[in-house]
Amino acid sequence: MKAKFLIPLALFGVLVVFLAAGLGLDPREVPSPLVNKPAPAFKVPQLEQPEMQFAAEDLKGQVWLFNVWASWCVACRQEHPVLMQFARQKLVPIVGLDYKDKRKDALGVLQRSGNPYDINAFDEDGRVGIDYGVYGVPESYVIDKAGVIRYKHIGPITAEALEKTIIPLINELKKS
Amino acid sequence: MIPELGHFALILALCVCLLQGILPVLGAHNGRREWTALARPAAQASFLMLAASFVALAWSFYVNDFSVQYVAAHSNAQLPTLFRFGAVWGGHEGSLLLWVFMLSAWTVAVAQFSRTLDDTMVARVIGVLGLVTSGLLLFILFTSNPFDRLLPAAENGRDLNPLLQDPGLIFHPPMLYMGYVGFAVAFAFAIAALLSGRLDAAWARWSRPWTTAAWVFLTLGIALGSWWAYYELGWGGWWFWDPVENASFMPWLIGTALIHSLAVTEKRGTFKSWTVLLAIGAFSLSLLGTFLVRSGVLTSVHAFATDPRRGIFILVLLFLVVGSSLLLFAWRAPKVALGGSFALMSRESLLLTGNVLLVVACASVLLGTLYPLFIDALKLGKISVGAPYFNAVFVPIMAPVMFLLAAVPLARWKNTDIKEIALRMWIPGALALVAGALIPYLMGGWTVMTALGSALSVWIAASGVIQVARRLKSSMPPASFWGMHLGHFGIAVFAFGVTMVGGFQEEQDVRMEPGETVSVGGYQFKMIGVKDVTGPNYAAARGEFEVTKGAGAAKILEPEKRNYFSSTMPMTEAAIDAGSTRDVYVSLGEPLEGKAWAVRVYFKPFVDWIWGGCVLMALGGLFAMSDRRYRLRVKEAVKP
Amino acid sequence: MKTLYAILLVLCACGNAVAKDAAPLADDPVVEQRLIVISEEMRCLVCQNESLAGSRSDLANDLRREFRTLIKQGKTDAEIREFMVSRYGDFVLYRPPVKPTTWLLWLGPFGLMIVGVVALFVYLRRRSTEIGPENVLTDEERKRAEAMLQEGEK
Repeated sequence: MKAKFLIPLALFGVLVVFLAAGLGLDPREVPSPLVNKPAPAFKVPQLEQPEMQFAAEDLKGQVWLFNVWASWCVACRQEHPVLMQFARQKLVPIVGLDYKDKRKDALGVLQRSGNPYDINAFDEDGRVGIDYGVYGVPESYVIDKAGVIRYKHIGPITAEALEKTIIPLINELKKS
Repeated sequence: MIPELGHFALILALCVCLLQGILPVLGAHNGRREWTALARPAAQASFLMLAASFVALAWSFYVNDFSVQYVAAHSNAQLPTLFRFGAVWGGHEGSLLLWVFMLSAWTVAVAQFSRTLDDTMVARVIGVLGLVTSGLLLFILFTSNPFDRLLPAAENGRDLNPLLQDPGLIFHPPMLYMGYVGFAVAFAFAIAALLSGRLDAAWARWSRPWTTAAWVFLTLGIALGSWWAYYELGWGGWWFWDPVENASFMPWLIGTALIHSLAVTEKRGTFKSWTVLLAIGAFSLSLLGTFLVRSGVLTSVHAFATDPRRGIFILVLLFLVVGSSLLLFAWRAPKVALGGSFALMSRESLLLTGNVLLVVACASVLLGTLYPLFIDALKLGKISVGAPYFNAVFVPIMAPVMFLLAAVPLARWKNTDIKEIALRMWIPGALALVAGALIPYLMGGWTVMTALGSALSVWIAASGVIQVARRLKSSMPPASFWGMHLGHFGIAVFAFGVTMVGGFQEEQDVRMEPGETVSVGGYQFKMIGVKDVTGPNYAAARGEFEVTKGAGAAKILEPEKRNYFSSTMPMTEAAIDAGSTRDVYVSLGEPLEGKAWAVRVYFKPFVDWIWGGCVLMALGGLFAMSDRRYRLRVKEAVKP
Repeated sequence: MKTLYAILLVLCACGNAVAKDAAPLADDPVVEQRLIVISEEMRCLVCQNESLAGSRSDLANDLRREFRTLIKQGKTDAEIREFMVSRYGDFVLYRPPVKPTTWLLWLGPFGLMIVGVVALFVYLRRRSTEIGPENVLTDEERKRAEAMLQEGEK
């Protein structure tokens, strides 16, 4: 007779536990379903040399970092110095995807702030971005030798993320 | 100086509320009259302090004091005065101050209008309200102080979010908060009853008008929000099952169950524990809603800017308030004596069935709203639960409720004959079937959903009209009778509006140049042109459209596309010609090449019945509240 | 007579030329209709809880453009949903897919309704046979009642 009166309290307790857990989560972060799937194929003109094309399969056999950026993206400027530093390490090729941008503006940014990219693909209409599930710039992917996406980083790459997650992963992938 | 005084008033209010919360409750327990006597004066004092604080904040907005951080964040020197006032509750800190101010207003109202109540009971009710207010004041003072200074002061404020610069938004939050906060009174009555051990019909009678009042405000607040979304957001929707909308709807569902359950407890002395649980539930859902909106746990257009510290604080508050109430419930409720008996088929059981269905509906909305959070917390992935889910689940649960509510007024207390009710309902039944068959067909196309919606609306409306007509043949019924039927009729009107708009609205997304026409819903829309205009804090493109139906007189509609100086997102101001049987709605999309514009044109049949129905429901509540028996004084002579 | 007809014809033609019908924004209204239905049930990922149908953000515009292409290619609704889910995950669907992790979600409300109604029935059955002490006052209550009645007679 008495136990049933405790049911509301018990249910409430469960609710509070979940709400507390929820405080630590980000409801807007969208994890990518592309992790551990082959990187979508594409072929687009390059940014610096429009007559030349770049295709995802060009880098098969290598581990590479694919960084989606744009000249209009404020957070990308945050990430830029970190990328420049990472480029100096010459660990892996860094390929940029200039997303929904104007050539002039993008080239201007690279000239002014420096160019960490080995190659830059120019995704003018955003189609490649859609195929890669890009929803907010910047986003970065670590792709292995077989052309499979191994990791997606949402938001600007921080030195911490590089050190803790990305570089160890890259080193591991390079060994295999 | 004024902001500091406002801040100081908050601190004083906290001290008074703590006193108000602790002493009268202890006094009621110990029988110390000096302590219980503190309740009313304390309520009055804290109300004055909070009023002063609120006025201080409003004043800061009025004089454009941009040295106050909150004012700088939500206002602007060019902002029209009316919106400057609305900006007081345009952000998190100010809206919380409004919350707490209203809570103290309700408290002082209880203190004022409770002369016929037992003093110990009043002391407990005011005490509980004082404790809740203290909790919220602590939250404000520690994490959300609206009087924080910004030094050096800003040149000009960042402006109120353009979406909020609208008269509808001036009234929507206050109405809504009056509702949320009003359920605190029902909650306090429930706790007082559990504490005192006196849970009887008299308690229900005291509780009822307060609860109904809160419910009326909440109904109007939600309706206002829905109507605002419809005309402000530019694409004609009126409900999105957005988490914050759900946060206001859940207390409404439980509140509806509560007012019906209170009716039974008052008249028959039964369902006492259930009513108390519902009262705790309604206010808990109000608090939960506050948490959901301000903690960043769910994504919503409504969500305030968030800070994890705030989320934790509200969660702790929620845990303490609701946890302790439910613990008290688990401890005290089993001791509550059983009320009178009643048969399997009786008014009591039918009302309880409706109650159970409303609670299930509320639980479903809660499940859908929180499910993404559950799944994410359990690391099972990330999903979204949106309108398709809620519509699929909510309608089948509410349909039986609508079916029942027409018949329940005919049921007798204690024992009722279903066959007898069925016999008396054959006319509404027949009318409903005819409506279900014909109306969709007449409107343009028969589907199951439109038939069901039409049938249920007519079922409720017809049975109401017939019952009222029959009753009028004898004496003039009391206000509560009118309240019930008005409220139920309001639901019929609401449901009819929803069904018609959902089933038969028409829209066209067209490219228009001056001189071109488009035809929607039997109306012709001709674009005359678009010109540039300037407002106090925006620049806009104003379109001019001529709307005609057949040979009738032409109406001019002027939708706008505004660019507020303070924001990069353009705002759509739709132009609506509202009518009793339809709305005709034009909104500007983007400018295209040359003089062409993308234009959205809508024909919305019976859409205003949605909010009209809500107003009728609220009116019904007002009638029910004003019933004489709530105003009878003890000393009045009772005629034999 | 013929002249009259000719004049009328010319007038009609002029009339039509003046009241020009607006072209639908889309090339193909049928495709647009399908587009609206599909995109209404999907989330705009860069917005704060808006659908792909209603949002005016860049990404939403791009995705709608993709959908138009896919629809014209003859893809079914399910295929278009799959297109989105394989790129953005289940999060993008407003109608949660029915899979083991969402069984509780989809079956919960109806399960709850059944449980509620059954529990109600059992309770009502039991209740209608129990007799509550409705007409029995305690001594204290009787004294209070009498006091109140006396007060009322004054």
